[in-house]
Amino acid sequence: MAAAVPSEQRMANQIAANLRHVPGDEAAEAIAGHIRRFWDPRMRARLLELVETGSDGLDPVVVAAAGLLARSQEAPTG
Amino acid sequence: MTLLKEPDFGTPERPGGATVTVEVDGLPVTVPEGTSVMRAAAQAGIDIPKLCATDSLEPFGSCRLCVVEIDGRRGTPASCTTPVADGMCVRTQTPKVEKLRQGVMELYISDHPLDCLTCSANGDCELQDMAGVVGLRQVRYGYEGENHLDAAPDLSNPYFDFNPAKCIVCSRCVRACGEVQGTFALTIEGRGFDSKVSPGAGESFLDSECVSCGACVQACPTATLQERSVVELGMPSRSVVTTCAYCGVGCSFKAELRGDELVRMVPYKDGGANEGHSCVKGRFAFGYATHPDRKLKPMVREKTTDPWREVEWDEAIRTVAEKMRAIQDAYGPSSIGAISSSRCTNEEVYVVQKMVRAAFGNNNVDTCARVCHSPTGYGLKQTFGESAGTQDFRSVAKADLIMVIGANPTDGHPVFASRMKKRLREGAQLVVVDPRRIDLVRSPHIQAAHHLQLKPSTNVAVINAMAHVVVTEGLVDRSFVDARCEGFDDWARFVALPENSPEATEPVTGVPAEELRAAARLYAQAPNAAIYYGLGVTEHSQGSTMVMGMANLAMACGNIGRDGVGVNPLRGQNNVQGSCDMGSFPHEFTGYRHVSDDAVRTVFEELWGRSLLPEPGLRIPNMFDAAIDGSFRGLFVHGEDIAQSDPNLQHVSAALAAMDLVVVQDLFLNETARFAHVFLPGASFLEKDGTFTNAERRINRVRAVMKPKTGKHEWQIVSEIATAMGYPMAYDHPSQIMDEIAQVTPTFKGVSFELLDKLGSVQWPCNDEAPQGTPTMHVDAFVRGKGKFVVTAYVPTDERTTSRYPLVLTTGRILSQYNVGAQTRRTGNVAWHPEDLLELHPLDAENRGITDGDLVTLASRVGSTTLRARISDRMPPGVVYTTFHHPVTGANVVTTENSDWATNCPEYKVTAVQVGLAHPLERHAGESLGTERLAAVD
Repeated sequence: MAAAVPSEQRMANQIAANLRHVPGDEAAEAIAGHIRRFWDPRMRARLLELVETGSDGLDPVVVAAAGLLARSQEAPTG
Repeated sequence: MTLLKEPDFGTPERPGGATVTVEVDGLPVTVPEGTSVMRAAAQAGIDIPKLCATDSLEPFGSCRLCVVEIDGRRGTPASCTTPVADGMCVRTQTPKVEKLRQGVMELYISDHPLDCLTCSANGDCELQDMAGVVGLRQVRYGYEGENHLDAAPDLSNPYFDFNPAKCIVCSRCVRACGEVQGTFALTIEGRGFDSKVSPGAGESFLDSECVSCGACVQACPTATLQERSVVELGMPSRSVVTTCAYCGVGCSFKAELRGDELVRMVPYKDGGANEGHSCVKGRFAFGYATHPDRKLKPMVREKTTDPWREVEWDEAIRTVAEKMRAIQDAYGPSSIGAISSSRCTNEEVYVVQKMVRAAFGNNNVDTCARVCHSPTGYGLKQTFGESAGTQDFRSVAKADLIMVIGANPTDGHPVFASRMKKRLREGAQLVVVDPRRIDLVRSPHIQAAHHLQLKPSTNVAVINAMAHVVVTEGLVDRSFVDARCEGFDDWARFVALPENSPEATEPVTGVPAEELRAAARLYAQAPNAAIYYGLGVTEHSQGSTMVMGMANLAMACGNIGRDGVGVNPLRGQNNVQGSCDMGSFPHEFTGYRHVSDDAVRTVFEELWGRSLLPEPGLRIPNMFDAAIDGSFRGLFVHGEDIAQSDPNLQHVSAALAAMDLVVVQDLFLNETARFAHVFLPGASFLEKDGTFTNAERRINRVRAVMKPKTGKHEWQIVSEIATAMGYPMAYDHPSQIMDEIAQVTPTFKGVSFELLDKLGSVQWPCNDEAPQGTPTMHVDAFVRGKGKFVVTAYVPTDERTTSRYPLVLTTGRILSQYNVGAQTRRTGNVAWHPEDLLELHPLDAENRGITDGDLVTLASRVGSTTLRARISDRMPPGVVYTTFHHPVTGANVVTTENSDWATNCPEYKVTAVQVGLAHPLERHAGESLGTERLAAVD
């Protein structure tokens, strides 16, 4: 069986897929906004960690959204 | 309180504009046009004798006991079937009618057992009462002639007896089954003297189509149809009006007792949600509350492999508090949390989330609504501005087109289904959107205009295609959209894209394009079109998207803001709406206000005297992930059985097993309690004092029928845990908790126990603007101002069928059982559903060599189980269906971690599976090993 995709990556990619119709930069902001609004800080930290370590399969828009999250310092410790 | 007897006006109310004034026995009375003479007399305080009439049924005119004389009219018309006319003079007591009534009674009594003193209905028998009222003193015909006194009783139903020897063939039961319940299971068989009540074609009640709603028992004027509990215990002597604790309809009942013993639950005519009707669960399935399996003492153990040790409350509460604090000391403040229950009262739920936010010092609180209607909260908030359905239940009576999407009301919400069926019999059109041919599609006197039998997981493609038809065929209500909405142009451009057309989506959805177009036109062109939906909408990877899609469609067609329309979630549990309202979600305070809102948070901080976190906490699935990664180690589970009800049970079990402390509060040692270190016994709804909020936002009082058998109220226990953790929480009465809720929640500002006791119930918002509540929302404007169209792109689920798992499993529930079955499995309801069955199409069965009743293995990529097959063409080929009422089946062993993108609501409705004949020993092994039988696959 293939290694399981980390939950945070799976969920973030899913948000991105559902916001695919949102154009360009707005999509990254929408994803970041959704994650800020609904995710526990430790989940956000885990997502940033996955982005940091270059986890395979992360949607590029999620990577962009993670950048926004990191810049707005919205990822405190869990 | 003594036994509460509601007045019976004999025939239904005829509300309307024009009134007429008549005189009854010299008394003037003014009533609406169309009112019967019988009802007008009753309103004047004059009870005309009757047997076949009751005000829940249309007049029938068969018993001839209600005859009257009317000045200027010939004969003695039946007052039940005679409408009033202006200036009419009615005389209800004349020598002529008195003689006629006595004659009628003589005939009835000549064929009725004279066992009043030993009859179970003694004191509650209308025949007995009427014999007295008409002054019957003799029966000239004797009792020796041909009669029905030896007719054999039918005792097949677990809850009521049918004794035809006592039947007067008034047809009230038959009419109740048709008019009130809408099942039409009963009939009058034979003619003349041979006439008799018959369930089906010579079947017993148990084997017939009877759904045991109790409407016939309620309607019966004699002991012919009688609750067995009354036969066994005797007639009750006092009533307490309370609210059912099963589904989200929230029926009001009179709990009728003898001393402190509950004899029966009788649906309350003044109940706003049910107006005197009931279903088999609320009416009869309350025996679990006194089942011997129930635990009444707190218990603790160090390890889950240790035996339980009964302790006093003080020790149990101290243990919880000390261990929770110890975990926080070692792993940080966010390492613990709680799950509140939609089974509990608003007051109980409120104190649980308060304990988490103020005493635990984090926002790790979630509710079982996460796994059912969280997408409703998200989707309706985004589009309409409020996380709740738009209508009251009565509204369906004004609908011209009813669209049922992903719901099975006759099983899941039976009392509301009866309202809906009544409207459909009156001529409203029906569209059903469901992979399964639910009963509503075709049932007595009902035939859906369209059944859009879509493939599971394609809801959004279907709703977009319907919107495509509305937009491209010029069916949009432009005046509504222009005046009341925003974002329409972008949305309209999106749905008008060719890829959203019914023809383009047909290969994906499986719904024929022409049929979808016809259904969309019907919805758009009906004067009033209403959407009712259930978990077949929400429990998908695009559950939230679909909720927004339905809201878009309703706005586009102007179907919001008045009677007969709306977007209406049929909530699964009794207090799903309430538990969400009460701030059970980790990102929201009461009234759906985000924790990051400084102004809102300040209100709570000032009242609670604690600094509160502005960050959302963990949702239930996130709690499980965090438990496995070690950052979440203590959980208080209030009245929910997550080890049976949540998806991917192996993952749930692993998470629970990884925790240092699991506290379970429940009536029974449920599946989750296998992982628990502390068990706190809960109170049944009969012992609770508080409120439930149903699917129509109706806040109903729950009144204690008896004291808590455990010695403590649940709100009290939670408060004591918080206090033991260093955050004093104390209430003397649940009304104080509601007062606090009203103080901090604008939509509840006007709510109090006093108001509820005065009005009976109230629908929120209830505040200065709406002091008596709000039956219909968004009347002049949406809560968010303008209704917002949201683009809802269809994204296929990640759960795909493969050659290894070629079928799609979808799950649901059945009328007689309820969710994980903890309650209903401990009642007579097991007579109807002793085990979960796997429904599969004959073609799929034949391909696998499966015959009806075979034991089969159901396997997905995460787990497998065994259960019996039921061959049924209700499912399309390629789709199988089961319920999750029995832990031995453990249907959620096979469901996966997929969830709604916005809310993490699990995708219960779509799991790729394979089905094959099971080895004969598998079930045996499964039964003996409990859930350990549930092997992982892959």
